[in-house]
Amino acid sequence: MKVSYFPGCTLKNKAKDLDEYARKCAELLGVTLEEIENWQCCGGVFTTSKDEVATKLSSVRALKDAKSKEQPLVSVCSACHNVIKQTNHAMQTDSEFADKVNRYMADEEPYDGETEVLHYLELLRDKVGFDKVKEAVVNSLKGKKIAAYYGCLLLRPNSVMRMDDPENPTIMEELISAMGATPVVYGMRNECCGGYIALESPELAKKKSNAVVANAKAQGADMIITACPLCRYNLEKNGADIPVVYFTELLAQALGVKEAENE
Amino acid sequence: MNKNDLLREEIIRRSGVNPKKCMKCGKCSGTCPAYDEMEFHPHQFASMIDSGDIQPLIDSESVYKCLSCFACVERCPRGVEPAKLIEAVRLSVIREKGNNRMTPNDIPEKVDEETPQQLLVSAFRKYTK
Repeated sequence: MKVSYFPGCTLKNKAKDLDEYARKCAELLGVTLEEIENWQCCGGVFTTSKDEVATKLSSVRALKDAKSKEQPLVSVCSACHNVIKQTNHAMQTDSEFADKVNRYMADEEPYDGETEVLHYLELLRDKVGFDKVKEAVVNSLKGKKIAAYYGCLLLRPNSVMRMDDPENPTIMEELISAMGATPVVYGMRNECCGGYIALESPELAKKKSNAVVANAKAQGADMIITACPLCRYNLEKNGADIPVVYFTELLAQALGVKEAENE
Repeated sequence: MNKNDLLREEIIRRSGVNPKKCMKCGKCSGTCPAYDEMEFHPHQFASMIDSGDIQPLIDSESVYKCLSCFACVERCPRGVEPAKLIEAVRLSVIREKGNNRMTPNDIPEKVDEETPQQLLVSAFRKYTK
């Protein structure tokens, strides 16, 4: 199976591990991530205002590219996925916005939100299947207690994202179980780490991030996994004293495409 | 139509939110991760925009405190989507010439070796035009 792939700016720089292991694990599981050509940064956050058009065009271009290949569009970064999925939803449901976008690109085929937008986790759950992931595990993570940190962008707004139950998600816990480890469920797993406030108010980001880590530890976690580079940065920067890793790194370890670390 | 009514209409149109749906339960503010930092809280944005009392919101730092986490959007029992109102007000501020919250010159002192690109692009999208 081949899918279109939007890596995003951070995965080409500070989050290379998130990208590299996503590709390798997908390949092992029979899915090729085909990076779309000339993709442009998604902008990091979706601007909800209906009169913002220019800031959403890079997502539309990526969606169009995937449509032309009749492939779903997959991202690993929570932020890219959120922005692209919300943009696609706006193209499907907000005819005034879609009309403005299509007029702006009047020399191209019109786009009405036809592309299927998937997060890599959804690719694993819905296209590959966690059973198949489980079968492919060569280094079981048995004995590890792992807390999934969803943050905000994977789940909300659920009316658009539709990945999981926004208040009681299971997709990452299912992945953790498939890898042989024990998922740790804790209340703060879908609360905000502070996000981009880290730039102008590091104290607030510290407060928010500390609350997440403290809660995960109180429930017995010895590791936190995330799909979001900014979540990882905020948690690590603010003194998480258990490892915070990308879920793709851990998957690569379980599937044997990365030598075991932290052992 | 006076300037204030125009602004109210513009914010409602831009956000796509009907603030009259708010029943003032306060759940949005209760779940807001930036609550402690805000002079005006999410439920107040809804009620003040509805009543046309918008200038205090425009003049307040509160418009920059929203983290775009969508917790208020998700948890509002009436589907009011307060974050979209806050964003609409913030755009009224930063779209005005000279009102960028942040410039590229501010960045070097704020970053470290590990700063992800995502942090910079998100902040610029939220704070500047």
